[in-house]
Amino acid sequence: MLRTRLIPVLLLQNGLLVRSESFSIHQVVGNPIHEAKRFNEWNVDELVYLDISRDGSYDLRRDDHKVKSMSEPMKILEEVSKTCFMPLTWGGRIRTVEDMRQCFLHGADKVAINTGAFKTPQLIRDGARAFGAQAIVVCIDVKRRPDGRHEVYVDGGREATGVDPATWAKQAIEHGAGELLVQSIDRDGTAVGYDLELIHLVAQVSSVPVIALGGVGRYENYVEGVKAGADAVAAANIFHFKELSDRNAKRTMAKAGLQVRTT
Amino acid sequence: MTTVALIDYGMGNLRSVRNALEILGATAFIASTEADLQRADRAILPGVGAFGDAMKNLHERGWVGPLTTFAMEQKKPFLGICLGMQLLATTGTEFGEHKGLGWFDGVVRKLAVPVEIRVPHMGWNDVTVVQSTGLLQGVAPRATCYFVHSFAFEATDASVVTGTTEYGGTTFVSVIERENVFGAQFHPEKSQKHGLAILKRFLEV
Repeated sequence: MLRTRLIPVLLLQNGLLVRSESFSIHQVVGNPIHEAKRFNEWNVDELVYLDISRDGSYDLRRDDHKVKSMSEPMKILEEVSKTCFMPLTWGGRIRTVEDMRQCFLHGADKVAINTGAFKTPQLIRDGARAFGAQAIVVCIDVKRRPDGRHEVYVDGGREATGVDPATWAKQAIEHGAGELLVQSIDRDGTAVGYDLELIHLVAQVSSVPVIALGGVGRYENYVEGVKAGADAVAAANIFHFKELSDRNAKRTMAKAGLQVRTT
Repeated sequence: MTTVALIDYGMGNLRSVRNALEILGATAFIASTEADLQRADRAILPGVGAFGDAMKNLHERGWVGPLTTFAMEQKKPFLGICLGMQLLATTGTEFGEHKGLGWFDGVVRKLAVPVEIRVPHMGWNDVTVVQSTGLLQGVAPRATCYFVHSFAFEATDASVVTGTTEYGGTTFVSVIERENVFGAQFHPEKSQKHGLAILKRFLEV
């Protein structure tokens, strides 16, 4: 029986782990390399690292690498991959197939693309052709408009696109996306639960696995996400601020009748 | 200490496998030539991608002869992972029919699941131990491992099947072995405790 996956999302900014709220407030919660081993021992099913640094912010210390803007994050990726024996996804500022190749060379199993994919959908196709569709996760960040309708945002939630998430999801899949990571910007850091309507909207049109993200504050929220159609459930802050968040989440999910993996 | 060659033929992530072998205390290196391979006492053929491309790459890089000598004549332990396992079959049917290495009689076909079941089969699923020899010796009877694939190996000779997995109402072959040659459809290097136990077994056989 295929298990419902529980996935922590670890946010990195300028080389440090941060927590995030509404995509705008970021607070440092630790050092990714020091914490890597601990994360790998969690009872979770995959790890997703998203580097939310602004372009170029890593260049200050090093200028000796071929792929300048990627060099420092790639060092972090390489370190975290050494003790990670579950699938590892890396995302943030990936704009070219060469950026993807760097991620895979440094230990990623999948890459997550967002702005790059939206602006150049061909990137999804080229990535899927080079590394297989299973390795290409398309992230979709979504905000609700005042009229309640959903709209896709790119560039770290700064740029509205005017496109609705179901339409973009279908196009991303046609281009070769292997998974969709659907995040509600409004719910980010609020701990009030997923935007279930959004999850349902995307899951309905998706032929590939949908991962829900944004808003988890209680373990029951994971169950709600799955009931709304998510194949896998993800969260960020709760893993930093609740004790035994991994095990207790699995316990709640199992009690609700979901098939989860226990280690 | 055992030395494991990871066959580089331009398909997939060699680093994850190397990380796992190193944590288990083995020396693992990426082999690009036949001379590299001869330094190893074990070899792993990883792989992600399409069957036809993979065979083409194996031929172009001159791997078919050396691998066959290593595994089938010198009888050194050999493990195919994911696509690497599928390539051990006689024939692959992904994007047309392609000849495989042919070490195991059988065909690699698309998972026969109903249309509403998502393919690729991606995520954690149980490996049911059919024969607890070799690779699966000492492994839990139902070990949960990480899978990502759309095709699976259908064995002509059932005696080579040591592990199976169920998905979407169908059962497919997830582990094969014959003497010194092994294949795993899942990714042991990404399957935490159970996966590492299986790789450890491979280092001991």
